Amino acid sequence: MSIFINRDSRVLVQGITGRDGSFHARGMKEYGTKVVAGVTPGKGGQKIEGIPVFDSVEEAVARTRANVSVIYVPAPLAQDAIYEAVDAEIPVVVCITEGVPVRDMIEVSGYLQGKSTRLIGPNCPGLITPGECKVGIMPGFIHSRGRVGLVSRSGTLTYEVVWQMTRAKMGQSTCIGIGGDPIVGTRFVDTLAQFEADDDTDAIVLIGEIGGTDEEDAAALIEEFVTKPVVAFIAGQTAPPGKRMGHAGAIVSGGAGTAQEKMARFERAGVPVARVPSEIPGLVATALAARRRKATLKVVMGGKKSAGSKKKKAVARPKAASKTKKKAARPSRTNAAPKRSTTKRGAAKRPAAKKTARKKSRR
Amino acid sequence: MNLHEYQGKELFRAGGIPVPPGEVARTVEEAETIAARLGFPVVIKAQVLIGGRGKAGGVKVVSNGAEFTREAGRILGMDIKGHAVRKILVTPATEIEKEFYAGIVLDRKYETPLLMVSPSGGIDIEEVARQTPEKIMRLHLDERGLPAYRARAAARFLDDRPAVRKQLVDVLLKLARVYAEQDCSLAEINPLIVTPHGEVWAIDAKVVVDDNALDRHADVAAMRDLGAEDPGEVEARGKGLSYVRLDGSIGCVVNGAGLAMATMDMIQFHGGKPANFLDIGGSSNPDKVTAAMNILSRDQRVRAVLFNIFGGITRCDDVARGLLTALDRIGTKLPIVIRLTGTNEKEAREMLDARGMVALSDMDEAVRAVIARASEAA
Repeated sequence: MSIFINRDSRVLVQGITGRDGSFHARGMKEYGTKVVAGVTPGKGGQKIEGIPVFDSVEEAVARTRANVSVIYVPAPLAQDAIYEAVDAEIPVVVCITEGVPVRDMIEVSGYLQGKSTRLIGPNCPGLITPGECKVGIMPGFIHSRGRVGLVSRSGTLTYEVVWQMTRAKMGQSTCIGIGGDPIVGTRFVDTLAQFEADDDTDAIVLIGEIGGTDEEDAAALIEEFVTKPVVAFIAGQTAPPGKRMGHAGAIVSGGAGTAQEKMARFERAGVPVARVPSEIPGLVATALAARRRKATLKVVMGGKKSAGSKKKKAVARPKAASKTKKKAARPSRTNAAPKRSTTKRGAAKRPAAKKTARKKSRR
Repeated sequence: MNLHEYQGKELFRAGGIPVPPGEVARTVEEAETIAARLGFPVVIKAQVLIGGRGKAGGVKVVSNGAEFTREAGRILGMDIKGHAVRKILVTPATEIEKEFYAGIVLDRKYETPLLMVSPSGGIDIEEVARQTPEKIMRLHLDERGLPAYRARAAARFLDDRPAVRKQLVDVLLKLARVYAEQDCSLAEINPLIVTPHGEVWAIDAKVVVDDNALDRHADVAAMRDLGAEDPGEVEARGKGLSYVRLDGSIGCVVNGAGLAMATMDMIQFHGGKPANFLDIGGSSNPDKVTAAMNILSRDQRVRAVLFNIFGGITRCDDVARGLLTALDRIGTKLPIVIRLTGTNEKEAREMLDARGMVALSDMDEAVRAVIARASEAA
């Protein structure tokens, strides 16, 4: 399996005629990704790297059955590009663009409520299922196939950690960069639930950073629902308050969002926290070994206990999977009048995805 | 981008929020002219892009000319937490009966703006949140913005006089509009006051505008006060770098924000102190590397510099070329430790070898090496 993307994903590149779009379209294709279409308004009919270019996402989807879109358009155009992909009912949309205004993302976030699309990013490197599909800008060669899932708010720091894992012979199931902006489509909690439900993932590495409370939400979710070992690292332990550290979302404000708080929260949730990136592979190995020992012990003890624990696990899983939806990250607005439908994004996702699939099969 | 109080008040005033008159001065003479026009008593307020100026003595009520000249001179020469006071705001002293808080901030968790009001104004809202959380009312804004009925609920929470409530509703609605229209990430009035005559005034303004949205607000972008910011940070921004000065001795040049933060953390972990955060981004342009080295060489506290480059899309040999070009241009004497890993690492290593420079491939090793070089140089 893997999460969000796999060897069958059919990728559409929005902004394919731009400098970044064409460069990375080639990179993805060379990696083996099925890049089936590109879109640049007004430039339909061309071919870029042998990929047909269309004027609209709707047309591209109708003609190529693309089911993943990756966006490389300039920041002022990103909101519109996301809307176009959402309206074409593309199940997974990855926005690489950096510098999207927060107000644009607030509006996108509102529009996505109840829609079938899973947005990843903006301001992210994308995601990769090693050996199968790369959607984004990461260097493919540093990855290797394996059973550790990785999720991060950063780009090059993710590469650093992936590279260390690859050298430690620890392959990855899917690596996903969720983006460094204050508002992103997919958060830690969403990916944790996906990894928990993914049969090809045995352990999860989470790379957070200062700013916001997504790491704290992740720790709370892990405490309650995640049975697989998780190892965390938080960047920005030495960052001064009130200063934006490159990423728009990486800022300690009003004493909240510090690395120290986040690390302490993970430790309370029983998640080992690496002090430096180089400790990560070792911590993952230790956590996996401990888990194996427990499993073996259960088998050795046999009988009732083993059956009991299995049962317990079977209950825990679907529960966690239902948390895929933004639910955990968005408790109901207590003080706000909840005018918006409280239907969580993902809740509507499954039926809608089925609908798309049916449409496709009719063609 | 953080705005000065007087700039925030300009935005408020343009949005129809009642703000007392007042003007900004750069010299004592200018300030005296303004004070004479306004009439005593007036308040002199230091304009710096950092909080806590009141406690530091940067805000003063004065009631006569002699006192004014003395205080204006004192405040204009002040240094508040490393920020030199170059401008003061002169504004009439207002009689205060009640002080409220009203502020809108982005709530990242709910992905909407959040309006907070409190009858305990004039003090840090975080302090109120810690001590007396029941004194804060929180209202999330949604695609409707702030509906009037919710503004009325907020006003009822603050004051029980109908005439005052009416003015408060008006201020809150306008504040919400300014926040949205100007792409703010913070718009705060603290304090929002009521005079003994029952008039409501915004006598302070703290506004932060989303950097990513400045392209659509040329007027706000033009407010940027380069003189009030760290010169290195200003230069870096001009060159497309992201730089934040810290107080350590080990300079670092890194590609990518997350890796740059992790590099700083690792320097501290291994016993050193980082001098800065510096992200050169995905580019290997020699101009960027030169700009980075120029900024770090000017910082007297920097004893050694670490380059930490993870070559992905960025090619290591391009960065090495940029670094060598930069060093030829500026000829720094600072010890430099280079860590390169990834795409075209071998070619980069050969180029650096040929010039007698050593490139390491392990991040921990490189950090330990730069700490050692810095302590030798100290």
